[in-house]
Amino acid sequence: MNNEIIKLTNIYKSYGKTAVLNGINLSVNHSEVVVLLGPSGTGKSTLLRCINLLTVPDKGSVWVNGTELTARKADINAARQHIGMVFQEFNLFHHLRVVDNVAIGQIEVLGKSRKEALERAKAELAKVGLADKADLYPGQLSGGQKQRAAIARALAMDPDIMLFDEPTSALDPELIGEVLSVMKQLANEKMTMVIVTHEMHFAREVADRIVFLEGGCVVEESAPEKFFTAPQTDRAKKFINIFS
Amino acid sequence: MMNAYFMFFSKAVPAMIKGSALTIEIAVVSLMIGLLGGMPLAFLQVYGNRFFRMLCTVFAKLFRGTPLLVQLFLVYFGLPQFGIALSPMYAAFLTLGVNSAAYQMEYIRGAVISVGEGQMMTARAMGMSKVKAIRVIILPQVLRLMLPSWANEAVYMIKNTAIVYLIAVPELMAQTKILISRFYNPIEAYLTVAVFYFVIVGIITLAFTVIENKVRIPGLEMEDVR
Repeated sequence: MNNEIIKLTNIYKSYGKTAVLNGINLSVNHSEVVVLLGPSGTGKSTLLRCINLLTVPDKGSVWVNGTELTARKADINAARQHIGMVFQEFNLFHHLRVVDNVAIGQIEVLGKSRKEALERAKAELAKVGLADKADLYPGQLSGGQKQRAAIARALAMDPDIMLFDEPTSALDPELIGEVLSVMKQLANEKMTMVIVTHEMHFAREVADRIVFLEGGCVVEESAPEKFFTAPQTDRAKKFINIFS
Repeated sequence: MMNAYFMFFSKAVPAMIKGSALTIEIAVVSLMIGLLGGMPLAFLQVYGNRFFRMLCTVFAKLFRGTPLLVQLFLVYFGLPQFGIALSPMYAAFLTLGVNSAAYQMEYIRGAVISVGEGQMMTARAMGMSKVKAIRVIILPQVLRLMLPSWANEAVYMIKNTAIVYLIAVPELMAQTKILISRFYNPIEAYLTVAVFYFVIVGIITLAFTVIENKVRIPGLEMEDVR
């Protein structure tokens, strides 16, 4: 299994007495697009955050790119440089222009020169259709533009993996399309992606594999066509019925 | 009558200008001590472990919960008992500075919290260390957010310095007291010193308004709601 880039084994996480993740195993291959589905509160976002250890699991191990991040001596900052993350709330840095938002990680984390970083930032912004917004501040952008800028910011770090935590959930319906199309393009470029979303059409079209969670467990795991047309478990059937 | 006024003012204005210079010096140094102390304490209180959070809380409670005058007397008259004798100026710097640190810690903590945890989380997710994230992402936003309350603190500080005349620092208030004992005209003297304080505070307020406008971030300002 040389092709494996992410491997989570037996992940447990609870907050106080509430168990959120109950022994989850997940592996993701290079260039694979995995979509995590499931009802609200089933630990999808928590699981996603375990991959870059923003959430530290109580038990279990996380391997990314052949390194165990849950190991005591793991250099977590070094590992995170290669894992891009996009948040529901965009989280652009308010005090920086859009282009500086995309450049700051390259300068401060990767140690690139400012000039080089700004050049790359402009190129990434052009790719997501924001070339003309480079000099604005985040507060001057629409939600969809903010999220595209956030994706550009993550991509400028040359990540091996992109994690998306409900990237369209905070957007007005008419703005969702522009973000999804950027993500679709990314999938076509063979980026490894793990996505938490409620966009069923998108999941069906773009995912290589659907992982369905409920109650902190993986309930079903299959190719999207199979998952949406012939779900194996009752829970998955119920879930799909609600959304279609 | 006019002559007596003129006589007083010609003596009072130079003395009060001299006193003002000292008042401003005490205020500036104390504010800086307060900032240098309050800033790290605020970050410790938000991002530190339980021990540091506790320590910060105790510090703030002690210095905000007792009168400034009591603190000043304890420092100036009390510390010599333990072999630490400070000059009036240093006692003023220390008391006002540490007291201000307790208040500034609270202002800054509020600003850090209102930056929001999303900014820190995102910076960490990019691979920044906590310290780097604070320096590059959190601090620049905190400095902007704390400006209005910091302007407030500067105004309080100017007025708080008035109490140090009690330990014989020849600042603005002390100069006024001296003038009163020379000319026996407390009303004119207090009115004049009030104008002095008012002008100093006015200039500071104006300066902060200019700074706030200079560093404001487009798209982040409060919208005009009518």
